[in-house]
Amino acid sequence: MTAKKIFVHTFLLIGVIFSIFPFYWLIVMSTNETSAIFAFPPKLTFGNYFMTNYNHVMDNINFYRALFNTVLIAVVSTTLQLFFNSLTGFTFSKFKFPGSKVLFYLMMATMMIPAQMLLVPQFIIIKELGWLGSYKALIIPGMATAFGIFWIRQYALAIHDDLLEAARIDGCNKFGLYWRVALPILRPALAFLAITTFMGVWEDYLWPLIVLTDTSKFTLTLTLQQLKSVHTGDYSMVMTGTLLATVPLIVFFLLVSRQFIAGIMEGAVKS
Amino acid sequence: MGGLLKEIYKSRTLYLFISPFYILFLIFSVFPIFFSIYLSVHKWDGIGEMTSVGFKNFSYMFNDPVFWQALVNNIAIWLLANGPMLVCALIVAFIINLSIVKFKAFFRIAYFLPNITAMVAVVIIFQSMFGNEYGLVNYFMEMVGLNKIAWFNSSTGVRVVIAVMIAWRYLGYNAVMYLSGLQRIPKDLYEAADLDGATMFQTFTKITIPMLRPIILFTVMMSTIGGFQIFTEPQVLAGNQAPYPGSETIVLYMFREGFIYQNYGYAAAVSWVLFVIIGLISILNWKFFNKSDD
Repeated sequence: MTAKKIFVHTFLLIGVIFSIFPFYWLIVMSTNETSAIFAFPPKLTFGNYFMTNYNHVMDNINFYRALFNTVLIAVVSTTLQLFFNSLTGFTFSKFKFPGSKVLFYLMMATMMIPAQMLLVPQFIIIKELGWLGSYKALIIPGMATAFGIFWIRQYALAIHDDLLEAARIDGCNKFGLYWRVALPILRPALAFLAITTFMGVWEDYLWPLIVLTDTSKFTLTLTLQQLKSVHTGDYSMVMTGTLLATVPLIVFFLLVSRQFIAGIMEGAVKS
Repeated sequence: MGGLLKEIYKSRTLYLFISPFYILFLIFSVFPIFFSIYLSVHKWDGIGEMTSVGFKNFSYMFNDPVFWQALVNNIAIWLLANGPMLVCALIVAFIINLSIVKFKAFFRIAYFLPNITAMVAVVIIFQSMFGNEYGLVNYFMEMVGLNKIAWFNSSTGVRVVIAVMIAWRYLGYNAVMYLSGLQRIPKDLYEAADLDGATMFQTFTKITIPMLRPIILFTVMMSTIGGFQIFTEPQVLAGNQAPYPGSETIVLYMFREGFIYQNYGYAAAVSWVLFVIIGLISILNWKFFNKSDD
């Protein structure tokens, strides 16, 4: 029994090493000079060049501007999505009205459309609307999503009808039912949705690449790509930029990880 | 009829509540679907006149070796990355779920962490580990007595590098998916197997896999759709140069035609072919996983 126990834990730890090592390597590279990394054998321990690399990053890109842009877009997108998705999801879960079933299934069917498929026409619409280069192009098309609505609806189904009935008798209108009764109950589902939306915006690459034109409006992923393709020689600097762009999201994840992973597991069962 | 209208009128606030999704859906999905069908049989650079070209975009595509190469690359990367990764994810999930394993929460987080990293960052990190000549991976390979590999000189090398990135980023995610399914398998099934003296391997193949089939189907579907949308990896890998050998993918091909050469009609035609391919493979997946259901 103990041999088996040691074996499975060793196996899992080896896997953990594979999954953590690239992060360790990222820090190693960010704290060393490029030449130390491409030496043979490569350096595998932390150095003290971090500040030098950091200053090079700041000389070459406007890192904090890109960080600010990313956070701004992520916060606005997340807030809008939470509102529209929860309002729609709650409506679908607790009310029946002509066409509600058809509309719901139609919405579910849209999840089958791969995002890349509509790239060209969506780009043309954005261009015609005059939104090219503007954050509107990143925020507005994704304000309400089928996944988010479905997620909230599944959760809202569990809200007791008596609770809503009581509030209605107290003179609550439909929006009041949503705002004052449902929203507080939906908080855990909203938390998960907020985390996924926020991370999705942070990691998005193709769509911002297409619709953002001005480098001062670039998000972190675009700025990183820019840093990499211009300065291929100074890999330590590129890695330092990558480290700076990755750390905030990892810290954020570690803070919310339990809730987040529980959400994903719940989602897997529901779908 | 009047009753229905009255019902609709009574529910007007509800329609208002759900309207944002449908308005966006009309503008950014329904209209684009029809517009891209229209575009796919036209030639248009976005500024000048649109000229109708019939099915010429499609016949050009099917005669373009670059398109076929992109398709081959896509399938190769998808198989290389997802086959081994999903199997490993299943094994990891199975082991984490064993009752003798301690620190389950720690393992879940540690395996999930790579998924939090943006793909652009993943590409930058892994590219630095796979050098042609020097580089961490070649160093380790020499240490264990293998020959160095010039990773970026051959299609196979590049595809392996990209597959490793994808596998690294999604293994933990899929393991968590499987874990959620595993936790719903009744404990007494395992206890009964234990009493009958089943080995760990037998329990895995006779109980775990069959019970997990719906979630396995889901993860295979998701990674198929993801696999045919590979773009960031080859694009960031090569920077502003032409993609490395073996790494041109269909989305990258479409991106270049549409957004660099402004061949909007042609790019729309490519996206329709992509849609059909994803649809066909999804149906095949579904058939394959449901067939063994007896």
